[in-house]
Amino acid sequence: MARMKFLCDAERCIECNGCVTACKNENEVPWGVNRRRVVTINDGVVGAEKSISVACMHCSDAPCMAVCPVDCFYKTDDGVVLHDKDLCIGCGYCFYACPFGAPQFPQAGAFGLRGKMDKCTFCAGGPEADRSAAEFEKYGRNRLSEGKLPACAEMCSTKALLGGDGDVVADIYRERVLRRGKGSEVWGWGTAYGPGTPGARPPAAPQGRKS
Amino acid sequence: MKRPLAVVAALAVLAVAGCGERQQVSEYKRGKYQGKPDTQSWGNAPLTYESQKWTPGDRTSWETQIRARQMGQHEDKRIYQ
Repeated sequence: MARMKFLCDAERCIECNGCVTACKNENEVPWGVNRRRVVTINDGVVGAEKSISVACMHCSDAPCMAVCPVDCFYKTDDGVVLHDKDLCIGCGYCFYACPFGAPQFPQAGAFGLRGKMDKCTFCAGGPEADRSAAEFEKYGRNRLSEGKLPACAEMCSTKALLGGDGDVVADIYRERVLRRGKGSEVWGWGTAYGPGTPGARPPAAPQGRKS
Repeated sequence: MKRPLAVVAALAVLAVAGCGERQQVSEYKRGKYQGKPDTQSWGNAPLTYESQKWTPGDRTSWETQIRARQMGQHEDKRIYQ
């Protein structure tokens, strides 16, 4: 059984916010709601700055599901945590329970009224009929039903953000870490544009060094 | 007399210990996940104007399509072919 997960490679993320933009555009997320965002530590410190893209991690034992008083969450066969906005009362318990700050609440009006919770759906829509206008309006695009992966991961220019079955994503990341060195070769020209010469092989993993 | 009682009580506690566990594996029953209506991703037909291919309702073929898509994120597999 597939367990859909995100994995962000802090060595590759360049804080371009392309994933954030892709998510906003693909799902037409309203102003003030960020289903995905890029977090940077040691900002501006040369050599110590690291960025990571964060959204709903689709937890195997999701705390938001545990605390929801109206039980509006559900989990699909693919391990994607979704919620029903028709049941959500916008109480905000899930926001406090989530360690990643994934649940978002649109605010409108002079007093900042809290609306229904909105969060990353792994581009899997919601309870409404797949690819319907109602589903798009409430939850955004349903790319999984189109045989695609989330827009944020698929359009990541440095492939820092990986999305998909946890086992596959972990394998991709493991092979990458075993092979790569440090510095520009982590996401250099060859990675972006290919080897240049037909039939070339990827660089061998350095001996006796762990990345 | 007290010891057998204590053993029985301990066994009773052990017997119900798992009752508070939330079901971790989702089940799809009558078009619903845990009571919330939704459809499964592989139940839809591929979009006609795109290259994705799977048989509607066949989970294995859909997963093959998704796996191919996932491997597109692997530069070594995508570039060095």
